[in-house]
Amino acid sequence: MVSRVTRNVAISRFWWVLCIASLVGALLVLLSLFGFVFVRGIAAIRPDIFVTVTQGIAGGLANAIAGTLLLVTLAVALVVPVGIGAAIWVTQFAPDRLRIVVRLSIDVLFGVPSIVVGYFLYVALVETAGWGFSLVAGSLALAIIMLPYVYRAADLAFSAVPRDLVEASVALGARPLTTFLRVAFPWALPGTLTGLLIGVGIALGETAPLIYTAGWSNYMPTLAPTHSPVGYLTYVVWTFINEPFKESHQLAYAAAFLLMIGIFVTNFVARAAVEYWASRTRSHP
Amino acid sequence: MLAGVLTSIAASICLLLVVMMLLFLRWYTWPAIRYNGLSILNDITWNIGNQYGTGSSIHNGVAAEPGAEFGGLVFLVGTLLSAVLAMVFAVPLALGVALTIVYRLPERLRLPTNALIELMAGIPSVVYGLWGTIVLVPWVGNHVAPFVTHHFGFIPFLGGDAGSGNGLFAAAIVLAIMVMPIMVATVRDVLLAQPKSIYEASMALGSTSWQAVTHAVLPSVRTGIVGAILVAFGRALGETMAVLMVAGNAINILPQNIFSPINTIAAVVVSQLESAVSDASGVAQRSLAELALVLFVISLAVNTIARVAIRGQDRSH
Repeated sequence: MVSRVTRNVAISRFWWVLCIASLVGALLVLLSLFGFVFVRGIAAIRPDIFVTVTQGIAGGLANAIAGTLLLVTLAVALVVPVGIGAAIWVTQFAPDRLRIVVRLSIDVLFGVPSIVVGYFLYVALVETAGWGFSLVAGSLALAIIMLPYVYRAADLAFSAVPRDLVEASVALGARPLTTFLRVAFPWALPGTLTGLLIGVGIALGETAPLIYTAGWSNYMPTLAPTHSPVGYLTYVVWTFINEPFKESHQLAYAAAFLLMIGIFVTNFVARAAVEYWASRTRSHP
Repeated sequence: MLAGVLTSIAASICLLLVVMMLLFLRWYTWPAIRYNGLSILNDITWNIGNQYGTGSSIHNGVAAEPGAEFGGLVFLVGTLLSAVLAMVFAVPLALGVALTIVYRLPERLRLPTNALIELMAGIPSVVYGLWGTIVLVPWVGNHVAPFVTHHFGFIPFLGGDAGSGNGLFAAAIVLAIMVMPIMVATVRDVLLAQPKSIYEASMALGSTSWQAVTHAVLPSVRTGIVGAILVAFGRALGETMAVLMVAGNAINILPQNIFSPINTIAAVVVSQLESAVSDASGVAQRSLAELALVLFVISLAVNTIARVAIRGQDRSH
């Protein structure tokens, strides 16, 4: 009897050691990734890459940085009215049956591979509509990829607005629009912004949907909506690492490093700021 | 009133987006669907045909360049094999990590660990690809593959050519690392949503903590875990850049062993488009779109099953 207990305890300990080892292993992989990107990235960062454009496979990253920021900014402008608007409709106006249908289609959108979105827009806009590689096509691709994240966060945030606050506002005689703008909207804003920032982090790192929509350009992006390709950082990482030159590798590492920094800032710093601000506005209305 | 109208327009855009994508791709690929028939699924040859030849090759009334064949079997097999193998690596690892976080980690380590897992989920695909190209692929090519083919070559699918490092194995490893954070987060949440009393009751009956987990907790969250695995599987199927960079870009050949170069549907759409654009008949581009449509449908199916599973778990609470 004692020996069986000892055996069971030993078995238990053995499996838990394996479990803990898998956590340690995962963290080691993460460390390898970070070490790799940060060590090589910092070594590759020079001040002039921020001001010079890529020349062939050398030069700087100014065009790619500007292009990434432009593409993501326009994508945010496109996704905010649609994603948040849809969430407001679903939580404030929609009949039950349609509510389920919209949520279902967002769930479906979550599962669509980004390359499918990219190829769809390539065929539909770049080719069939004849827009060519362009800012709008690239931003639309990013917006479609961000949409489920933004929508879901907004839906959750607006669904979580406390009923008694809304009822109190209505009981005080506020019109529905006033109630929405002064009660529901401020309450839901932090959660919605967090979702938007997660979406921005994902958009910053996307490559596949941009290759055949935004294309690539060695020049600073123009504001032309169509017929003008746009460069972006992820493209540099993907293609320049396969060139046989050290200089192009340096640019790829620098681009990867800048991307990681951008993503961490949006994912953590910005989210922490939103949460801090939310906790302050909620405790001192 | 106006607000209702405006927001309903936003909602209908969300609603129509997926339907539009499916219908448009279906319309655009129709000539390719007719030209290729079943060969898009069961033929291994991808050949845009002789662009300088005379005449044309006609199937079902659709004309392509002479000799054109658009078989997607290599890509379909690569997609499924790499995703399945990634699951073989990722599932035990993710379960181990999630169980450690929930049952073994002291409270003060939990938050930083969760933050690191979240950090891992935020790393872009192309950065995983970069790491894979420079760190993982040479390691596989120089150490893992020669070792395994030499010592375990008698096991089917492990023997034969050790290759360069680019291939199925490297792709599966990168995919496993990429999908692990999502799986960990989902499994962790499912475990935390389970009443603590299940674990505690089992402990009180004298089981070890591992018995409590395997005999009491895990069976009660089985559907949730299956859902988490399927969500991760769906992600792995559609992953593009990292796979493109390490999979070896195989074409017209099926993998001979675990280290063979492969190609996936997502990767081939990127790598073959330039050549497809040069096909004067346009069938090559439409065939790539058909492959994208196949990937779309597979992802839809996997995600639907995953959602049903997760919803089933939610309901059982």
